Amino acid sequence: MSTRLANSGRLIDRSKPVEFKFNGKRFKGYEGDTLASALFANDQMMVGRSFKYHRPRGVVASGAEEPNALFNMGEGGRFEPNQRATTQEVFDGLTIRSQNHWPSLEFDIGAVNQLFARWLPAGFYYKMFIHPRPFWKHVYEPFIRQSAGLGQVPQEKDADTYEHFYYFCDVLVVGGGIAGLAAALKEGQAGKKVLLLEQTADFGGRAVVDGVEIDGKSAEAWVQETLAALNAMPNVTVRNRNMASGVYDHGYVLGYERLTDHLSDKSGPRHRLWRIRAGHIITATGAIERPLSFAGNDIPGVLLAAAVRDYVVNWGVSVGDRTVVVTNNDDAYRTAIVLKNAGLAVPAIIDARASGAGPIAAEAEKLGIRVLKGKAIAKVKGKTRVTGVKVCLQAGEGSVIEEIACDCVAMSGGWSPVVHLWSHCGGKLNWDEDLAMFRPDPSRAPTGADGKAFVSTVGSASGYLSTADVLKDAGLEVATNEVAAAPLEPVWLMPQGAGPKLRMKAWLDYQNDVKVSDVQLAAREGYESVEHTKRYTTLGMATDQGKLSNINGLAILSKSLDASIPNVGTTTFRPPYTPISLGAITGAARDELFQPIHKTPMFDWHDANGADWEPVGHWRRTYAYVRNGESVHDAVNREILNVRENVGTLDASTLGKIIVKGPDAGKFLDMLYTNMMSNLGVGKCRYGLMCNENGFLSDDGVVVRLAEDTWLCHTTTGGADRIHGWMEDWLQCEWWDWKVYTANVTEQFAQIAVAGPKARLLLEKLGGNMDLSKEGFPFMTYVEGKLGEFDARIFRISFSGELSYEVSVPASQGAALWAALQEAGKDLGVMPYGTEAMHILRAEKGFIMIGDETDGTIIPQDLNLQWAISKKKEDYLGKRAQERSFMASPDRWKLVGLETLDGSVIPDGSYVPAPGYNPNGQRNVQGRVTSTYYSPTLKRGIAMGLVKHGPDRMGEVIEFNREDGTMVKAKIVDPVFYDKDGEKQNV
Amino acid sequence: MLLLQCPYCGVNAEETELAAGGEAHLKRATVGDSDEAFEGYLFMRENKKGVHLERWRHAYGCGKWFLAARDTATLEVFGTYPAQTTEPPADVTENIRAKYPDWSWKETA
Amino acid sequence: MRRYSVFAVAREGLRYHTGWERAWRSPQPKKKYDVIIVGAGGHGLATAYYLGKNYGITNVAIIEKGWLGGGNTGRNTTIIRSNYLQDPSAAIYDKALKLYENLSQDLNYNVMFSPRGLIMLAQTHHEVRGYQRTVMANQLQGVATEWVTPEQLKKLVPIINIHGPRYPVMGGLYQKRGGTARHDAVAWGYARACSDMGMDVIQQCEVKGVRTEGGKVVGVSTTKGDIDCDKLGMVVAGHTSVLAEMAGFRLPIESVALQALVSEPIKPCMDVVVMANTVHGYMSQSDKGEMVIGGGTDSFNNYTQRGSFHHIEETVRALVETFPMVSRLKMLRQWGGIVDMTGDRSPILSKTPVEGIFVNCGWGTGGFKAIPGSGWAMAELMAKGHSPLTQEFDMFRFREGKFIDESVAAGVAH
Repeated sequence: MSTRLANSGRLIDRSKPVEFKFNGKRFKGYEGDTLASALFANDQMMVGRSFKYHRPRGVVASGAEEPNALFNMGEGGRFEPNQRATTQEVFDGLTIRSQNHWPSLEFDIGAVNQLFARWLPAGFYYKMFIHPRPFWKHVYEPFIRQSAGLGQVPQEKDADTYEHFYYFCDVLVVGGGIAGLAAALKEGQAGKKVLLLEQTADFGGRAVVDGVEIDGKSAEAWVQETLAALNAMPNVTVRNRNMASGVYDHGYVLGYERLTDHLSDKSGPRHRLWRIRAGHIITATGAIERPLSFAGNDIPGVLLAAAVRDYVVNWGVSVGDRTVVVTNNDDAYRTAIVLKNAGLAVPAIIDARASGAGPIAAEAEKLGIRVLKGKAIAKVKGKTRVTGVKVCLQAGEGSVIEEIACDCVAMSGGWSPVVHLWSHCGGKLNWDEDLAMFRPDPSRAPTGADGKAFVSTVGSASGYLSTADVLKDAGLEVATNEVAAAPLEPVWLMPQGAGPKLRMKAWLDYQNDVKVSDVQLAAREGYESVEHTKRYTTLGMATDQGKLSNINGLAILSKSLDASIPNVGTTTFRPPYTPISLGAITGAARDELFQPIHKTPMFDWHDANGADWEPVGHWRRTYAYVRNGESVHDAVNREILNVRENVGTLDASTLGKIIVKGPDAGKFLDMLYTNMMSNLGVGKCRYGLMCNENGFLSDDGVVVRLAEDTWLCHTTTGGADRIHGWMEDWLQCEWWDWKVYTANVTEQFAQIAVAGPKARLLLEKLGGNMDLSKEGFPFMTYVEGKLGEFDARIFRISFSGELSYEVSVPASQGAALWAALQEAGKDLGVMPYGTEAMHILRAEKGFIMIGDETDGTIIPQDLNLQWAISKKKEDYLGKRAQERSFMASPDRWKLVGLETLDGSVIPDGSYVPAPGYNPNGQRNVQGRVTSTYYSPTLKRGIAMGLVKHGPDRMGEVIEFNREDGTMVKAKIVDPVFYDKDGEKQNV
Repeated sequence: MLLLQCPYCGVNAEETELAAGGEAHLKRATVGDSDEAFEGYLFMRENKKGVHLERWRHAYGCGKWFLAARDTATLEVFGTYPAQTTEPPADVTENIRAKYPDWSWKETA
Repeated sequence: MRRYSVFAVAREGLRYHTGWERAWRSPQPKKKYDVIIVGAGGHGLATAYYLGKNYGITNVAIIEKGWLGGGNTGRNTTIIRSNYLQDPSAAIYDKALKLYENLSQDLNYNVMFSPRGLIMLAQTHHEVRGYQRTVMANQLQGVATEWVTPEQLKKLVPIINIHGPRYPVMGGLYQKRGGTARHDAVAWGYARACSDMGMDVIQQCEVKGVRTEGGKVVGVSTTKGDIDCDKLGMVVAGHTSVLAEMAGFRLPIESVALQALVSEPIKPCMDVVVMANTVHGYMSQSDKGEMVIGGGTDSFNNYTQRGSFHHIEETVRALVETFPMVSRLKMLRQWGGIVDMTGDRSPILSKTPVEGIFVNCGWGTGGFKAIPGSGWAMAELMAKGHSPLTQEFDMFRFREGKFIDESVAAGVAH
């Protein structure tokens, strides 16, 4: 059984016990324990169920590579599925539940899948469930989905907060093992600004576990000294619990720092995402041990050899009382020695190599450990935990020589450098035949903006395994007490001649249940590319992303194909190194901070007065001001009628305002607008249209000539930045010799439309020094001066058809002017109106709206706006495009007004069918509605639409479709429904 | 996440500060030009896998448009230069030729 | 070809699956084919399949630089829908959807087409009108879609937050027949069927040149030698410009990177595909339980299939806003694919300036859903010289200004 040892455990603090809950049971651990070590301390060997067959699963590793020990962790707003036990530190009050089983971990109905495992090989679902057709959706798929999926679904909103952090450094060192520490020291001493990231809580990596001596002192002492030296350097920053999760182009790296995951106290941000720009990146990410492929290698109690060693040395727990070590290299002998020295039994080391190990074998044998050479495990005994192993010849087919009782198997198939970060941006690998590993090829490193390598590797990440070699790679010549190791012998299948029965029980990917036989099946069926095999078998696609399984699977595949491993290649390494929370990626940008809200100066007044908000671009605009007892629709109608009868105010501050100034400003605007703007008189206003180079309408608005060399261009809401950028594009990139200056002053001014028959009365009540009379201030002109106490520009323009003024004041005066207008207008019946009322008011007048009448495919000619296209100009943006055959076609749909015969409202988006069907069997169409409203003024449905040959078909009745399949009849009419002669706006 | 140096303000700008503007050094076709020429100006693109001369705006910075010579296969940046030019400057061309000795630009080929 | 069935699996189970045949042969190229398709992704394989199935043209090679299905077919978020606004788009995507509905049976390969339904969220008034217009257009196109209210939507997608403080959900465009399929299986199923018809799927064979004589195609030069053909189909999303340059013409496309990610798997919680276009994110749950998430494209030309982070960041923010529970999930993997974008963001299926060369490209971010329809139409175009499904997707449409623009929701408002 697994238990806590009386001594040892360099990372745990025995004076600080903690209590946590596993599946409702109370367990004890110590501060410094990982969940995995604490579970072992409580003899919890089985920790979950596999994905496909629901096989019992135990902890297999001690770090980020763990595929099995995943838990539902926490409660409520702090619940999280798939939390990895080997990287989660325990804290007091932690609760976890095991995953992927029903009704319980011990008795799981899904485990019935194991009985059918023979009929559920890789890709079985591609060959089955084809008939009858409806069964896939209604029967098979729901069943498959329900049995897949691992962790539970979070039910509540995240209770934690997250933050982002920017960091810039000359050198980023990833990994706080001895290689990383040495590299950081060297760079730090060279005066570079260095950041060192270590994913776990402690430093030193494998060297401190293995108890190596460096220059006569213990690795632990060397690590502490080096850390102290680094911490003393002002140019070096060292962070633990911070994993470099991905390397991106041009030296961009993400660091995933876990701030409170290990604490009972959850105050403060949970994760901090470091957005790092590094001049150079050194990955000292070490290596990961590989499992061996033998039958029953997935039974709880079979672990990586180094992990078994870690649990004893770091956390003072033994996985079992009797451990059989099985290996193809010398390193695993260290595990046997550590176990023996801790007073535990090691009945045998099974070494697949006929020649056995180097000098370390003698050390083991001196401790009384039996070493079996050239042997293999034929099969592991046990169901929910190991009870023994059957031993056979590695060279044979699995005939059992002897059985050894044990409760733990420590396996080692060699080591693979962690090359993920090296590979994310295209670093290439070489296959090292002797060490049986992929090593980074420094001559094919990822290259940055300057075309030079920006990532390098050091230590085990480069493929060096002895302490002396690792430090030498980091530029440090040291003496160590390590003995020379005998060469590793690649062992991809154990025994090498294992038959189909054994291969079906030899696991490659523990979580996804991919076995040696599955990869062989894929190869046999022609899924020859490693990408095909991966996708066909799901090898390496589990939450560990194949950290343990990829190389073993690749080797099996290459053997099946009689190809060399490098010729079969590796799958692509993608960020992140281990999964990172979506919360951390989101950072603080959630809820109110999700996207910034643009507010006008009058925002608070609107909010306090019933505003029904509408997002328009990043702005919030008032859709309608809803009074008590009113529906939104009622409010809109009230607001419209009040503009028609009295006076209304609209917050128009969101309209874009761009100043265009300079000797060539007029020439420039003539190119920008379809109309002529250079001949606009000073003090005059003109409605203008802008097209893109494709000829399509992109924006409109009123242009005002403020002075001889200065124009003010109004754009649509949300158009300001786009149009300003558009202007600058042409000025900087095409006509850079033109003397024009532009400034986007949208937010410098508040703008209020005052519209209605009593508009002039209202403004006059405020007083000031401007002549607002009909004669003194004619339509389509502007004045500047004092309106009451306000510094105002007033434009006499109308988008409602009523007598209307748009008053522009510095943004700081906007709120006060708005309030003053409401106050002064009380007895005139002033009411604010919102965007929907504005839309309907303009529709009643037949004014087009960018975004309604246009959709990015409409040219001004479609909207009968020829009057706004200057005939005198040789060129304007979009002119050439409008000459193309499809644009000039007389068959283009044109704007008309529409009046329903029964007074109802045509549905939004409705189309006009035409007789017959096109060659693709679709109903022919001849038009569509673009704006459709109930007009409270006319007390009926009105609309505008685009209809083929529309202007020539006045009076004709056409039919529009409804969603329910019925039709609504409408008569084609002039689009101006209200005050056709424009008398109202001109009073 | 590219880094491009704005030739105006000198800032090493993050991709998120910049707005990409497509192929550089296009000649505007307009009234009087053929349909084909106009199509070429608006739509036909080199779309090179390799050296690409392209437009960028330092949109969340100084606001200036500039041009860059960048390798679309490796993302190497051979240089950035002001937009007010009709061809890449000599130093940028030199940088490109250091990597691709036979490189020539369509307009100078 | 031995047929796949539950009985075949049962039989093979008894003999440790030793009797399965290769899904497709791996032949050396012949000297000459009637038709060469460059690109063994979904579109290329489907084109070959329907050339054989519908027109009896089976002397066909599909040549592939890497591994079949290894490009965008294996990199997308597997969404299938046909709720397009414009007639030509709706026609080809709905053709595709109809073929998807029977594809597993047709190919005898379970492509796991899952018509679980698809919703596009409307989060502004402008979007509401845009999608209502789509519903109306779809009705006349024979594509069943409907408008759903926020309340109906919440029932279909319980994990959604319809009261987002920034962009409340105002309704959605719902296509019940939409859904997902297993992307790799689509490529593999077509490849197996093509191989079974005697076509040669030639992998690890890169085209180095296109050979023409007198303005007509005669063959290609490849890393496996020269191969002759009468007709050539270019179906190499992302790299079309490179191939077109070999044939001496340019295309109105640009290659950009599209970013996607998946979360760790969790138990089923969302039985419908949701697209949120205002905030730029879409999400579905795979049969394995992963949340499959797609987002935006880079705006600069790019041929590296690498993941970039800031798009992922924006997409994840949008989804946390729309589905608050995903905040507690973890990103398992992110990746990029290279897509080619045309001037109107609609595809090109067209003859080219070189006689005998046909091009299928420009699917942008939406190619997977079109695969069967695209293959069907491209095969018709290549066999007969014209097809009603491809007619409007001609590459010369840009010269006339005849766009097929789907971006109705991209306008602006006063």
